[in-house]
Amino acid sequence: MATLAAVLATTHHPFYLKATTMPPEQQMPQAAEWKRKVEAYRETLTRAKPDILVMVGADHFHQFFLDNYPTFLIGKAPRYDATFYNEEREFGIPKYVLEGHEELSNFMHQGLMDRGFDFAFSHELKLDHSIICPIITTRPDADLPVVPIYTNIFAPPLPSPKRFWDLGRAIREIIDEFPSDKRIAAVGSGHLSLELGGPRQFKETGPDPEFDRKAIEWLSTGNIEEILANVTHESMAKSGNATHGFMDLILMMGIAGPIPTAYHDNLDLFHTMEAYFTWYPEGAAA
Amino acid sequence: MSKYYVNKFLFTVDRDPELLRRYKEDPRSLVASWEQSIGPRLNDAEISTVNSLTDAEREALVNHDYVALFEMGAHFFLSLTIFIAIYDEDYMAKLGPLSFQREFAEKLKHWNGKDYPSIALWQAAAR
Repeated sequence: MATLAAVLATTHHPFYLKATTMPPEQQMPQAAEWKRKVEAYRETLTRAKPDILVMVGADHFHQFFLDNYPTFLIGKAPRYDATFYNEEREFGIPKYVLEGHEELSNFMHQGLMDRGFDFAFSHELKLDHSIICPIITTRPDADLPVVPIYTNIFAPPLPSPKRFWDLGRAIREIIDEFPSDKRIAAVGSGHLSLELGGPRQFKETGPDPEFDRKAIEWLSTGNIEEILANVTHESMAKSGNATHGFMDLILMMGIAGPIPTAYHDNLDLFHTMEAYFTWYPEGAAA
Repeated sequence: MSKYYVNKFLFTVDRDPELLRRYKEDPRSLVASWEQSIGPRLNDAEISTVNSLTDAEREALVNHDYVALFEMGAHFFLSLTIFIAIYDEDYMAKLGPLSFQREFAEKLKHWNGKDYPSIALWQAAAR
């Protein structure tokens, strides 16, 4: 059976690459610290020696729109283009081509269906920055095959926080059952408190530093009870209108289980708290 | 009103460099041609006949009025992205980094502490 080598849950700040590669005299003051933290985080994935990455993200109206928006979707293609024109334009993110892993995609899809998660699927999927940002930060060589999973954290009605947790638990069972000697890492991205296109956007901190502090505490200690007792769609909206991306971090903890992280770190940037979590559920790389 | 159609405008224009250029340079003309030939497109072969903009929605789009769009419940990500594309560079050159984004927030400050207009579409469908 496959080994779950690591689970990573990370915020995806689309400006990381631009902020840390522009000429030093134009860089923001935190650029060097940000780069140092990201590189230390990257090492937590490298150390796990993964062969395949299960990537969790959310399409930000790049391939999918309101005429047909999937609640949960799995990519089943042999390879994936990444980065749309408007992401290149706004964030300076380059284009990538990632290899897929059709065998694990098929096994995952069937396993999800068997567990009551009736996923939409795509055989021609172009990935957006919710998946490419964590590739840039945690696996910049982009040299591993991926199985992409998209969730709806973006276009209401959204699934509940509990549903994200349960989906993570299901993905974990399926990885554990995958008949392979490969080492699989799951890498997913989301947000802590975040405001976009509203009155609390681009302040000196994220819109709700108190939520950020609690969220980091809950995730780093594996405290799903507190998350499910405190986090609702309404509470997330009060923390910032785009905070619902937090549910993808809940999903990632669902893959790891209700256990403490082996590693976590965070960085207070203008307008958002960056946060990085890694679990080694099997003690695989601890 | 058609929150869906406003979002479709923002979505289709933001992803197309030529439409975006025309929306920046001559928004009234671009909105008019969008309503004629782009908005109704379902795909290369099919036309959809079911959507239209209200006068208020059309004016908000023509005027790049992101406050009105926010108040109509247009999707925040689409609205922020397209107006960053149109204004960020010019603001940056004159007033420095993030000056456009901060002005955008400032113009919406009367919503601080309140429940924002919903981006959900089903409320828009209620007549």
